[in-house]
Amino acid sequence: MDESIVWLTIFVLSVFVGVEVISKVSATLHTPLMSGANAIHGVILVGAMLVTGTTESTIALIVGLVAVVLATLNLVGGFVVTDRMLQMFGRRKPSAPAADQGSAGAGKGASA
Amino acid sequence: MIPTWVQLAYLVAAVCFIVALKGLSSPRTARQGNVIGAVGALLAVVVVFWETDLDHVVAILAAIAVGAVGGVVGAQRVQMTQMPQLVALFNGVGGGAAALVALVELDELSQIASVADVAEFDLAATAFTVLVGSVSFAGSLVTFGKLQELLPTKPIVFPGLPVAFGGSFLVALGLSVLLVLDPALWPGIAIGALGLAVGAMLVLPVGGADVPIVISLLNAFTGLTVAAGGYVLGNTLLVVAGTLVGASGTFLTRLMAAAMGRSLMNTLFGALKGGSTLGATEASDRPVRSSGPEDVAIKLGYAQRVLIVPGYGLAVAQAQHALRELVDVLGERGVQVDYAIHPVAGRMPGHMNVLLAEAQVPYEQLKEMDEINDQFKDTDVVLVVGANDVVNPAARTTEGAPIYGMPILNADRAEEVVFMKRSMGPGFAGIENELMFVDSTTMLFGDAKENMSKLVNAVKTL
Repeated sequence: MDESIVWLTIFVLSVFVGVEVISKVSATLHTPLMSGANAIHGVILVGAMLVTGTTESTIALIVGLVAVVLATLNLVGGFVVTDRMLQMFGRRKPSAPAADQGSAGAGKGASA
Repeated sequence: MIPTWVQLAYLVAAVCFIVALKGLSSPRTARQGNVIGAVGALLAVVVVFWETDLDHVVAILAAIAVGAVGGVVGAQRVQMTQMPQLVALFNGVGGGAAALVALVELDELSQIASVADVAEFDLAATAFTVLVGSVSFAGSLVTFGKLQELLPTKPIVFPGLPVAFGGSFLVALGLSVLLVLDPALWPGIAIGALGLAVGAMLVLPVGGADVPIVISLLNAFTGLTVAAGGYVLGNTLLVVAGTLVGASGTFLTRLMAAAMGRSLMNTLFGALKGGSTLGATEASDRPVRSSGPEDVAIKLGYAQRVLIVPGYGLAVAQAQHALRELVDVLGERGVQVDYAIHPVAGRMPGHMNVLLAEAQVPYEQLKEMDEINDQFKDTDVVLVVGANDVVNPAARTTEGAPIYGMPILNADRAEEVVFMKRSMGPGFAGIENELMFVDSTTMLFGDAKENMSKLVNAVKTL
């Protein structure tokens, strides 16, 4: 089989899988889903590492390293922020005090 | 040739991504799904280090450390209200990374091109990666600017924009053809620069209310960019992961656009046709009925059925905890209270659910629009907190309004409506809301959090 046909097959099947796996998502989860998908394409980090690690020119090395930083931001930040969003859905019972990260909780003095 | 076991590891990682997306589409499995996705990505990165004889390992590890620390700190520090722009930013840098990867690869390809002929399709895919990657990068940055309100949220249109947009795009296509015929680095860089201009001009004319759809679209763009980049590098994992995100992102974009009653074309190019710019940005000085927290407390406390319509303003004022308290107090009095959540309440579809979940509002009280919309006519009081466009009847009646055709919550069919707002300023879409001027509507002006606390105390003393 021609190699380009193999690639085309992978591509077309991935399109169908991509649509199929999320087709039943509820509107509630649109935002975390988008954010999670966003993190997944951060895997371009693999590509960035491969081109950076095999180049000989200095400029290409610098550009490649910038790409590595950006891709890692996308990958790591994406998964962490998605987890933070989903964490919110997890806590149902008000047993834990509403201790928001950062400054959000600072102004909450009115609770009885 | 990539060793077989590495290919198998890529396959495992790709399966992880599919399972992750599947998990993310159901509330029970979402968090688990996200973790599985992260594990897949980690596996891929570790395998690449293991398998390939990479140079500059120390520099690469340092760059990864910088990106990881930046990503974790950004993701941990961000307020949940500002999360949409963070997602836009992460998406943009991903697109930028893909474009840079393709440029470095093009540099290599153009050097070997004189000896061996490089496949034309590889070069076309490279041009695509550079172009769409930079469109995604610039577009996401403009989106970030709009959501962070560094840029005006109104559509920005200048004379000649359609020409400049179309021209840049066509020149970029022309350069892509040139690149395929005669591989060299300079057309690649020029394509990247034009891509940045195209991306910015694509998003500038989009009105604030439509920005979420654009984030999702650019997310899909970045996915396709990564897939094309994977093809150039001959890496199956990147092709599969990128295509998955591209396809699911496109589908999700359509779902979101449908939830807002917009077509994608209208979202992107509506302002260019002059349709979407209608609307006042000035606060209206028409008379409204306003009242104090005590009166509103009486309305709420003696009602049987109350629906809360929360909006972005609620989250900005950090009033969601006080709101939950109010609902609890009303519940103790036997008032039946639910939250009516518009699909695009907040700044992104589902954003409001995240914000209310943060305030520990029980999941069962959050009603989606389709589920609750028939119940407004049997509702005594609708309390609209920091929302505006999602209850604006102009969406049903005023043809040409930016939100025309968007399904809205039927707050106008309830007995009474109470708006809690900072001022008479218009909503994100920049248009006036007729519902504020009818007789059955009461305005409660002021800081939502302060007023909410006053309401809680007033209801307690009833």
